[in-house]
Amino acid sequence: MANSYYDPADLRKFGNITEWSEELGNKFFEYYGKVFEEGALSAREKSLIALAVAHVVKCPYCIDAYTKDGLQRGITKEEMMEAVHAGAAIESGATLVHGVQMMNKYNKLSM
Amino acid sequence: MATKSLKARHKELAEQNKQLEILSGGIFADGELPYFKDKIADIGQFPLRPKKLEVLQINVGYMCNQVCAHCHVDAGPDRKEIMTRETMWQCLEVIKNTGAHTLDLTGGAPEMNPDFRWFVEEAAQAGIKDFIVRSNLTIIKANKKYQDLPEFFRKHNVHVVSSMPHYTRGKTDKQRGDGVFDKSIQALQALNAVGYGLPESPLRLDLVYNPSGAYLPGGQSAMEHDFKKALKEDFDIQFHSLFAITNLPIARFLDYLIASENYEDYMYALVEAYNPAAVENVMCTNTISVSWDGWLYDCDFNQMLDLKVASRVKHIKDYNEDVLNDRNIIISQHCYGCTAGAGSSCQGSVT
Repeated sequence: MANSYYDPADLRKFGNITEWSEELGNKFFEYYGKVFEEGALSAREKSLIALAVAHVVKCPYCIDAYTKDGLQRGITKEEMMEAVHAGAAIESGATLVHGVQMMNKYNKLSM
Repeated sequence: MATKSLKARHKELAEQNKQLEILSGGIFADGELPYFKDKIADIGQFPLRPKKLEVLQINVGYMCNQVCAHCHVDAGPDRKEIMTRETMWQCLEVIKNTGAHTLDLTGGAPEMNPDFRWFVEEAAQAGIKDFIVRSNLTIIKANKKYQDLPEFFRKHNVHVVSSMPHYTRGKTDKQRGDGVFDKSIQALQALNAVGYGLPESPLRLDLVYNPSGAYLPGGQSAMEHDFKKALKEDFDIQFHSLFAITNLPIARFLDYLIASENYEDYMYALVEAYNPAAVENVMCTNTISVSWDGWLYDCDFNQMLDLKVASRVKHIKDYNEDVLNDRNIIISQHCYGCTAGAGSSCQGSVT
């Protein structure tokens, strides 16, 4: 066993999850593949969305995978960083918008 | 960025045997990844055999004005291997009689061979349908004596294929050296000015893209779209097609992969992207590669690994197309580079 929770080499083994639940695993990977196909959004746009979400959900495997995917698609580092900021802005906004709840509660409890 | 070849730096990886040892050892020897031979045996393609010869690719020398970080030739200003006129005469005999429809001159920077222009003039008269010169672009701006190259190419109806790693300065210069981007842009503008690459023009100008790092090229048509849009908008440059070429793990690119600890991941990526459909059209099945000193190889990569054709005809002076075409193609694990994804060849994707 590795002595850390995350091992970069584990990303290659992602497909192995199918071994312990073939039907669900296959359905997931089929869905996953379909999602990232060219559609109303380009595969390039979806790659940048995936990169932003990867940061928000803090998935090191996904960050590795979609940084590489971006490089393969010729996406520039400036575009990648802007995508990360878009994710970070939503994430911090999601925290800050709860400030309204705090303000509401404060006002309700205060005379 | 290094300014000398691996050879001039006396690096271990300048030795072909060392490279072949790495490509057959480690993750392949311990069974973690399959040998290329076994992979193509699964689809009945081993031994790999040639189809009809279509492309004669001649490497006129390893000297180059650039020292690109990914170069599979390990080319550079310090490389002295240059094709002589005597070998060119032998090549011309073959060009006049070959069944191949494409003649493809490469290097190094082929223009640095002192007999380059004479050779092009002679070869252009041989009636080959498609006559390619692989030009690195910056050579056109490197020295005054090269500045009329666009006009020279036009005069001989040469099909120009040029490397352009990205449409942004940063990425280009990191792979190829400072100033390469600006010079490449100027050279493309000079080629456009004499009619190369314009939409209806018969003067073909294609660009080669290969990744500046340890990753595979993306889809060729999407990349072509991005390149065309950016180069037109930013620099008013036009070209015909973009060839997306995978970097093969040999010479300087192999050295980079190992030094940056990307070798295993890269080999995994190549093997995972293995596409059986690409094996069918891999370029060694329709190409013969000739080295500066006249030896014959299955491809330019095998040339750099010094893997001469497995045929009794091994040299241009003994050239016999029928005998040559009846051979087994020599393979190793670098061949995964040509079968990954949409496949890769000197003419781009193969599927």
